[in-house]
Amino acid sequence: MSEFLMPSLGADMEAGTLVEQLIAAGERVTRGDVIGAVETQKGVIEIEVFETGVLDGWLVDIGEKVPVGTPLAVIRGTGDPDPPEVPEPSPPAPAPPEAPQPTDPPVEPPAPEEVPLTDPTPDPGMPEIPDTPGVEIPPPETRHPRITPAARRFIAEREIDLTKLAIPAGQTITRARLEAMAAGPPEQAATDIRRAIAAAMSRAKREIPHYYLSHTIDLTVADAFVKAANADRPPQSRLLAGAVYARAVARALEKFPEFNGHFTAERFQPSDAVHLGFAINLRGGGLVAPALFDVAAGDLDTLMQALRDLVMRVRAGRFRARELSDATITLSSLGERGVDQLHGIIYPPQVAIVGVGTPRRRPWVREGEITPSLIAELTLAADHRVSDGHRGALFLNQIDTYLQKPEAL
Amino acid sequence: MTPEDVDPVLSEHLHRIAPEIDLAEIDRSADLREECDIDSMDFLTLVTALSERFGIDMPEADYDEMRSYNALAAYIAGKVD
Repeated sequence: MSEFLMPSLGADMEAGTLVEQLIAAGERVTRGDVIGAVETQKGVIEIEVFETGVLDGWLVDIGEKVPVGTPLAVIRGTGDPDPPEVPEPSPPAPAPPEAPQPTDPPVEPPAPEEVPLTDPTPDPGMPEIPDTPGVEIPPPETRHPRITPAARRFIAEREIDLTKLAIPAGQTITRARLEAMAAGPPEQAATDIRRAIAAAMSRAKREIPHYYLSHTIDLTVADAFVKAANADRPPQSRLLAGAVYARAVARALEKFPEFNGHFTAERFQPSDAVHLGFAINLRGGGLVAPALFDVAAGDLDTLMQALRDLVMRVRAGRFRARELSDATITLSSLGERGVDQLHGIIYPPQVAIVGVGTPRRRPWVREGEITPSLIAELTLAADHRVSDGHRGALFLNQIDTYLQKPEAL
Repeated sequence: MTPEDVDPVLSEHLHRIAPEIDLAEIDRSADLREECDIDSMDFLTLVTALSERFGIDMPEADYDEMRSYNALAAYIAGKVD
C-alpha cells in the first residue's frame, strides 16, 4: 500500500489542482499509466503512477488545489493483501471508498444562474464525477471550474487549452460556454506561464554562474541530408532539422557528460541518458522546454515521431509530469524565421543550454573556394560551477563534427 | 478545382493551427509562415492535414510554391482534378 503524491513538476511549483481522475477506485494500474491530470502554471500535466497494482481510492477531489507532496491517491501494490471490500471496477461511479453516507445530499457549489448546469448531449458512458459529500469545498475564488462531460469531449476533440480560457473560478464549464469562448483571449495562461518563466529564470540568473560560447557552423550537409530523406516521404513521416540537431547534441554529450545532468544540493549529478528539453514556443505567449527522453537511443525517425508527438501535445496544453521535471539539458532552435543567435538562460537544475540560430545562405570558404553555404550560429550557455569554457568549446566542436556526418546519426 | 474551392478548407486547417489569427486580416500574398507565425512543425502539420484531406502529394521540393496563402490555395487547386 502506498500513497501517490502530488508531484513536483519543476523547482518553481508549490501546488497543483487535480483536474482529472482517469482511473476509478478498484481499477488496475501499471507502472507508467497516466491516472489523472494536474493543472499547474504551465498547463495541464498528465500524471503517471510509479508502481503496478490497484487504485484503492482517490484522496483528493477534482478541482482541489493541494500543495506538492499531498497524497492524491492510494495504490495497493500487487504484493499487498486485499482490503476487506474490493470495489468492483465496472460501476461508473468513481466515488472514493471513504465517501460518507449516500443519503447525504451532494453539496453543489454555487453557480451563476445564466450558466446551464445540464449537459446538452448526455452520454451514459461518461458519467460526471459527483462532488463528494462531506469534503470541504474551498471558497469559490480558489475553486477550479467544474467541467461537464460534453465539455470534456469538446476539449479533447478541439484540443482546447483550458488554461487559455479566462473562466472565473467556481463556475461550471459547459460545451455551450466553451464554444462561445473558444476564440477568447489567452490572458490567464499568458499570465501564469509568464510567472512560471519568471520564477525559473530569476533563480537561474541568481544562482548559476553562466558562461557563453558561440561557434559558426556549416549546415549545408545536414540540410541536404534532411531534404534527401524527405524527397520521397509523405508529410507524416518527414524529418525536421530540429530532430537532427537534437541527435547531434545527444551524441556529443556521450563524450561531454558534464553538460548533461542536474546540479542539486551543491553538487552535480550527471545523467546516464540524455533527456533533451526541446524549447517550444507557445502561441499566445511564453515557451516551455519539455523533455524528449533518451534522445541518443533508437533511430532518427523514432526521435522525429517523439518530437512531433511532444509538440502536438504541448500546443494542446498537455504535458506529462516527467517531461517537465526530468530534462537534463535544453536545446533551443530558432527555426527558419528567427535571428542569427541566442544567448540562452539555463533552466535549473540543468547545467547547459544549446542554441541553434536561424540558418542563412552566406559565403563560406570550403577547400579553398568561396561557396554559398547554409550557415548558422551554434551557442552554448553553461554552468561554470560544473564546467569551463575549454570543455564547452570542445563540446560545440563535437556537435559540429556530428552535423557534418548526419547519415551516421 | 479553383482556389476559391480550396479556400474554406485551407482556412479551417490554418485556424486549427493558428486560432488567434484573423485570416481576414492577413496579407494573402505575403509569406504565410510570417503572417500566421507558423514554425516548421506547424507547417508540416498543415501540409500533412491538407495532403490527406485533398488526397494529393505535396512534396517538400514544392514548398517554395506554397509560400503565401494564395500560392498554397492555387497549388492545391492545380493538383486536384
